[in-house]
Amino acid sequence: MQEITTTRTNPYIDPVLHIWHGEIPLYLFLGGVVAGIMILTGSWFLLRPTTERSRALSLLPWASPVLLSVGMIFLWLDLEHPFNAWRFYLTLKFGSPMSWGAWILLLIYPASMLLAWAGSPAEVRQAWLGRLAKVPKLDRLSDWASENVKPLALANVVLGAALGIYTGVLLGTMAARPLWNSAILGPLFLVSGLSTGAAFLLLYRLADQERITLSKIDMGFIAVELLLIALWLIGLASGGAAARAAVAQFFGGPYTAAFWTLVIALGLVTPLIAEVIEHRHKVVPGRVTAVLVLIGGFALRWIVVFAGQHSGWVSELTQR
Amino acid sequence: MSDKSYAMVLDTRTCVGCSACVIGCKTENAVARSYARDWVFTETTGTYPNLHMTIRSERCNHCEDAPCVAVCPTGSSHYGPGGTVQVNQDKCSGCKACIAACPYGARFIDPNVGAIDKCTFCVHRIEHGVPTTSCQEVCPTQSIYFGDLNDPNSEVSQLLATREHYTLLPGAGTKPKHFYLK
Repeated sequence: MQEITTTRTNPYIDPVLHIWHGEIPLYLFLGGVVAGIMILTGSWFLLRPTTERSRALSLLPWASPVLLSVGMIFLWLDLEHPFNAWRFYLTLKFGSPMSWGAWILLLIYPASMLLAWAGSPAEVRQAWLGRLAKVPKLDRLSDWASENVKPLALANVVLGAALGIYTGVLLGTMAARPLWNSAILGPLFLVSGLSTGAAFLLLYRLADQERITLSKIDMGFIAVELLLIALWLIGLASGGAAARAAVAQFFGGPYTAAFWTLVIALGLVTPLIAEVIEHRHKVVPGRVTAVLVLIGGFALRWIVVFAGQHSGWVSELTQR
Repeated sequence: MSDKSYAMVLDTRTCVGCSACVIGCKTENAVARSYARDWVFTETTGTYPNLHMTIRSERCNHCEDAPCVAVCPTGSSHYGPGGTVQVNQDKCSGCKACIAACPYGARFIDPNVGAIDKCTFCVHRIEHGVPTTSCQEVCPTQSIYFGDLNDPNSEVSQLLATREHYTLLPGAGTKPKHFYLK
């Protein structure tokens, strides 16, 4: 027999780690969507600079700062000492992905807003310039953005990728939580962000050709995402005792049903099949698949955050 | 920064699990109600009547390669005197990354401050000439030893040179500075 008792009464640790609640998966999901929007719209400017864009696609880059702000409010709500949040901006810690993330978030605001401004329809810009006539030098900033669309688009792609990857690396660097402790989590969250970003854009009234293009590349994203999830699970299943105990949560453990139905079946495989059928039959992709992709992306963040907190070195293992 | 390397040696043969270390620490450090910076871990193994019991007083291991310091985004968690791991509560945002990064479950949020709290190795005593930590001071079986690993004549160095010992979760690779005598 083995019987363990402890007098530790740490509600953050015992019986399992539960420091992060709904705010963190919500932020990670919104951060992923923003990463996807920034990379996709940035690439659109770079690769198709002369093609006419639908009004919706011209205005959608504004979603980046808006959704990011919502996500950052959730992040802020998670802090136990929220009025010390400014401390993030007094230092840059190379060992702390959360520290890089804080700076990445700060850089995203000007980059995404300037690109969104430059890409907005001319009459929208004129109307706002008129309304904000009292703001000094706004017209010069507007001209600067319009003249520098290419570098701004590139900055959006790079910062979007950094945002997407960092949200995964943030969890991946913690050796004490075996489910998270995988380098795959960075690229996985990036690709999931691209896929949910494309799905978010597809919710709006884009032109038919734009819908077809986005849906086509989304098939690629979903395929890569399935591959990365497989590699992540294989890596854990072939790891040490703690890693295998962690991944067992998806193979008979408490997260089995949620993971395979919400993430894999509903969030990835079903939309992938639907997109293949749409393309085979030359149907313009609708919104239902996009909603499924968004549900799947959210479920992935939710399950990774909570199942990861249930994984550890200590709980199942003798300490010697 | 001193060139000392503070460590704790705990004798599992003489520890009776009385929890005086827990109460001593709570009193000395005014730890928040219902929380504790150290705790007593008891493990019973074997088949009746051949049972074996190990009792350990556990706390922050003050790791040499501390993951909590690495992940801290504000520099609140840092290395202090004698290589100890310390928290500057004024810099802490309560993001809790360090709680997730610690394989030993040594950290918690002080509900009165909203910032991280954990064992300090009583540096406020040690650095001001009191040679003992409070848990060590109150231990009725004298199972807790504290000292400088860089001094070969210190009590902790002598014990580690002569007695079999182990650290917790060495595979986590954090180089803990708590040594348990077998």
